[in-house]
Amino acid sequence: MASPELHRFTLPNGLRVVLAPDASAPVVGVSVHYDVGFRSEPEGRTGFAHLFEHLMFQGSESLEKLAHFRHVQSSGGTFNGSTHPDYTDYYQVLPSAALERALFLEADRMRAPKLTEENLRNQIDVVKEEIRLNVLNRPYGGFPWILLPPVLFKTFANAHNGYGDFVDLESATVDDCAEFFDTYYSPSNAVLTVAGDLDVETTKALVEKHFGDVPARPKPERPSFAEPAPQGEVRHEHADALAPLPAIAIGYRVPDPVTDIDGYLAYLVLAGVLTDGDSSRLQQRLVHREGIVIDLNAGCGLFGPLEARDPDTFSITAIHTPEVDASRVVAAIDEELQKLAQEPPSAEELAKVTARWVSTMHKEHDRLTNRTLGLGSAELLFGRAELIHELPERIAAVTVDEVSAAAKALRPDSRALLLVKPTGGTK
Amino acid sequence: MTASAKTHRTAEEIGRTPAGPRPLPELGAQKAARELSTVDEVLPNGLRVIAVRRDTVPMVELRLRVPFADPAGSSAGSQHSAVAEILANTVLTGTASRSRVQIDTELALVGGELDAVVDPERLSFTGNALATGLDTVLDVLRDVLTSASYPADEVERERARLVERIALARSQPNVIAREALQTLLYGDHPYAKEMPEADEVAVVTRDDVAALHAKALLPRGSVLVVVGDVEPAEAVARIGQALASWQGDGEAVQLPPLPEVSGGDVKLVHRAGAVQSQIRLAAQAIPRTDERYPALQLANLVYGGFFSSRLVENIREDKGYTYSARSHPEFTIHGATLLIDADTASDVTAAALLETRYELARLGLVPPTQSEVDVARSYAIGTLLTSTSSQSGLASFLVNLVGLGLGIDWLVAHPQRLQAVTVEQVAAAALEFFAPGNFTGVLVGDAEQLEPKLSALGGVAFQ
Repeated sequence: MASPELHRFTLPNGLRVVLAPDASAPVVGVSVHYDVGFRSEPEGRTGFAHLFEHLMFQGSESLEKLAHFRHVQSSGGTFNGSTHPDYTDYYQVLPSAALERALFLEADRMRAPKLTEENLRNQIDVVKEEIRLNVLNRPYGGFPWILLPPVLFKTFANAHNGYGDFVDLESATVDDCAEFFDTYYSPSNAVLTVAGDLDVETTKALVEKHFGDVPARPKPERPSFAEPAPQGEVRHEHADALAPLPAIAIGYRVPDPVTDIDGYLAYLVLAGVLTDGDSSRLQQRLVHREGIVIDLNAGCGLFGPLEARDPDTFSITAIHTPEVDASRVVAAIDEELQKLAQEPPSAEELAKVTARWVSTMHKEHDRLTNRTLGLGSAELLFGRAELIHELPERIAAVTVDEVSAAAKALRPDSRALLLVKPTGGTK
Repeated sequence: MTASAKTHRTAEEIGRTPAGPRPLPELGAQKAARELSTVDEVLPNGLRVIAVRRDTVPMVELRLRVPFADPAGSSAGSQHSAVAEILANTVLTGTASRSRVQIDTELALVGGELDAVVDPERLSFTGNALATGLDTVLDVLRDVLTSASYPADEVERERARLVERIALARSQPNVIAREALQTLLYGDHPYAKEMPEADEVAVVTRDDVAALHAKALLPRGSVLVVVGDVEPAEAVARIGQALASWQGDGEAVQLPPLPEVSGGDVKLVHRAGAVQSQIRLAAQAIPRTDERYPALQLANLVYGGFFSSRLVENIREDKGYTYSARSHPEFTIHGATLLIDADTASDVTAAALLETRYELARLGLVPPTQSEVDVARSYAIGTLLTSTSSQSGLASFLVNLVGLGLGIDWLVAHPQRLQAVTVEQVAAAALEFFAPGNFTGVLVGDAEQLEPKLSALGGVAFQ
């Protein structure tokens, strides 16, 4: 696909900046990615990275509580933030007349957020409601992103619940927030991305004007989160009183996407061969031929591909009929993986996956929010924002033998198997 | 956290700089969006086709909307919902010349997708592909519209799968609340029936599905929107050629008129053990064509239509009762309702309902200020620009508009309409449409926990 021009520079305080001009519509996206996610939160403070993300919207030196939202929205823009295993992002997408305002808003909270007891208590309540909404009060809450990591991983960093438990959330203090901000939210630990209708020189000057005097602080040393792959098949049963049907999630380890991106992409293609579309192998067999699975997915990364560093996950999930045992679903998946391991997929199977990825990347690029965030996370995790433009070609370069090898590496003797058991009875 | 030697600043130190607070930069001059190059035409078979050029990426988006309502006046005893649901789930599973696998394979090879979903108003096909694959998608679409074969084995499997999928959907609190609200508002009207019952699904045959296809999947009254890297006139010509063989007698069936929503008690729906409640309120509103609509749109934003609204600032940012609270209009071909949604922990549900009603009354009695109206206005105009700046965003927005009897001209002129709204008009809309007495609704939650406080609050009907 066309590779639009990218401009990058680094401010003296260490802030990395990516500019991606595109004048096709008079709108602009601004994002900041901080190199800290929930893998970095300490024991006893599960959910803290996400809670802190909420606090970053609660005001800063020049902005009273609620002002951030009002200024973005009164400029005709939208905003959000999200917390991932390895990073936390913040974005605004607005008519391009509001570019300087958006930069000002991001700079002000990078420089001097207001971390107060009142806002902390309020946002703990809001986050608890978020967890009730997305996890506690619904069937399959946290499946598989919260439930699978503790089966696949052993260390606290990789295994724990990134939403956090209520006791930990309630224990958070304002001083915890101050320490977290000072440690991880330094400009040298962040990437600023501006994409859309912008003039490069003007934008560069505006970035320098607003972010230039954010005080430099040391870039925190990033720990390795590496741990060995599981020995054997680690099983866990999870009781879900709200779920009407049983479900499984199988988790495997994948190659490190930072050091072996092409190896990682073979798994991405494998996921497509297995579950993308009615003609994919597992859809055909489990959903349509045998009719034992209702909902089926496979993919790299529990938040999507290329959004975390090592160790990352390949997962296959299925909600299946109660008439069959989970072991039959797992056996069928193993059989299909083995077939692929013994005989590589056809060139046409790969052509389908490749063409759909090309489309997917175009569609992502066309949505300014996704384009801005994609460039920012690629720059942060891989040091290469242009990666998102290269992906279609790199995915197309994956060979049938590499996909076969990936299937072979998904071994039953080194994986996690999560079984969700409905316990609510029939209503 | 680990409190060893203190190496970080205090929160007070972090929140202050020597330079002090800084002024908010002014907005720059806004460039206008590029004018849309578009063709809007009705084909000889009665299908309305709208093609729009947007060449930001080499893709094309398709949205086909076929009015597909139950012609019976009541859903009681009607199999329409069940047959329509099976139809939507099997229409892409085989034709005279293609199997399910062949359909998916052909689409995949041009980077394409095509899906069908049905609701009480319409059958919708949503698709996209690389722009070079437009003819392939159109040919698959023609094939399923004119010769979907509904293979008996596919219908049988989808029937079983649909029963499970309905069970999955009905385990979601959001769906439980939606079904209860629609039933409260519209009773047996087909509009309320968003999902069939398992026993209705179980008796659907392939012949039922094929018969509904022949009778109801009609070009006249339907609309196809295509947005992408295409030349509009040429795209319409290609569509006209590809879909010329899609024929049928009569016109696709629109939803029958809906009863007006009137105010009343909120009905409590028991969900044992729920740790959170769904508050869902509704009132009658006005369609986009009503001259008061732009004022109502802004009044709704100020109430709960975006983050900087009175409701969100009150029950989320001040009181922490909720993560998600919002209000929004919902449109049908006949009119509109105002809906208010909030999900709150059981122990604060009654208090959240109180505040929700308080803000309704306050909107009319202490109407939105000039500044509140201006914030809402800028948001409405700006997000119209951002949400229609992608191919898929524009395609979805347009097909919804056209489904309501409006067109691109409405979209293009709407920012000016919003610019012209006065605070007095917003105040009038607030007073008329947001009066608490206009609203009725449902509340899904654990009745045992909720009852004492809700009884004290009043205006809640217990079963």
